[in-house]
Amino acid sequence: MIMCRNILIVFFFTAMTVKAQVGSMNVDQITERLTKNNDTTFIINFWATWCKPCVEELPVFESITQKYPKGRIKVLLVSLDFKNKVQSVLIPFVKKRNLQSEVIWLNEKNYDAIIDKIHPDWSGSLPATLIVAPHNRIVFFKEGTIDEQELHSHILTE
Amino acid sequence: MKLFHTLFLGVFLLFSTQLIAADTYVLGSKVDDFTLKNIDGTMISLSSYTKNDGVVIVFTCNHCPYSKLYEDRIVALDASMKKKKYSVLAINPNDPIAYPDDSFENMIVRAKEKKFTFPYVIDETQEIAKKFGATRTPHFFILKKVNNSFEIAYIGALDDNAQEPDSVTVNYVEKAVDAIQKGDKVEPASTKAIGCSIKWKK
Repeated sequence: MIMCRNILIVFFFTAMTVKAQVGSMNVDQITERLTKNNDTTFIINFWATWCKPCVEELPVFESITQKYPKGRIKVLLVSLDFKNKVQSVLIPFVKKRNLQSEVIWLNEKNYDAIIDKIHPDWSGSLPATLIVAPHNRIVFFKEGTIDEQELHSHILTE
Repeated sequence: MKLFHTLFLGVFLLFSTQLIAADTYVLGSKVDDFTLKNIDGTMISLSSYTKNDGVVIVFTCNHCPYSKLYEDRIVALDASMKKKKYSVLAINPNDPIAYPDDSFENMIVRAKEKKFTFPYVIDETQEIAKKFGATRTPHFFILKKVNNSFEIAYIGALDDNAQEPDSVTVNYVEKAVDAIQKGDKVEPASTKAIGCSIKWKK
């Protein structure tokens, strides 16, 4: 009986932490992740909790995650929050909003070295959205906000 | 006849939009004079920097966390630039209706709090930000004097570490100004950085 309860407690805590998990990755690790999942189209949104237009458009990405729960379309919310705000702001934000999309904190320091790597058209302003089809094929990039219709039109053509 | 008319209009529109796009400054562009209102109520013109060898323009604002990270560094930059016959000119291009923090009144407050030693002007029509092709805050542009006008010599970030000022390895703006003064090639002449998007008026 006690064991049963313990298992339940463990299960409960695992479920809690999984939801609020925020992975930490650099650009190379994200690229590796895309390469590994060769049958998936990734919608990668670069955002931050302090960026008002970014926060306003989060529901668009959440709706995609809900629409394709097991599908071959996956949203990655890549946060550019400051390193010292990951624990104090980003993780509580993800928990509070109960974000269902995968959230990754971008572990990079020298942004000049990585912005072009992500997309040459990106000036570095937030938000920005990238769609990568299977086999690392970039099919769409936009700096600025995006609405659901625009996002869907690019997913559906894939 | 009507078809020709429409065609002509189409071609004309095509060219005119290209002309507008071509208006955005790139490296080497000659910068037109402009006049913007400073927080002390005076009007500041680029052409008034007659004694300078150059001007460092930074598009910045009050509310953006990345701009805030750089406020103290911009004050330090201004001190250093003044020794090199350069000056810092900070321009707030944001729509204060969407972002009340970035209003003219709040610019005055912020400049006082952070003890700005340089003009902090407002680009109310956002025309100057558009002409410069500024996209984010903070966004730096070095203007060097050539004959009696200013030319764009560097576009990008101030340095290579926004979040940890102590870990900066390259101060791009200082490096570029030093190169200009030595007559060397500016390298890199453009860099990228994360920043807040400029809040354009709708």
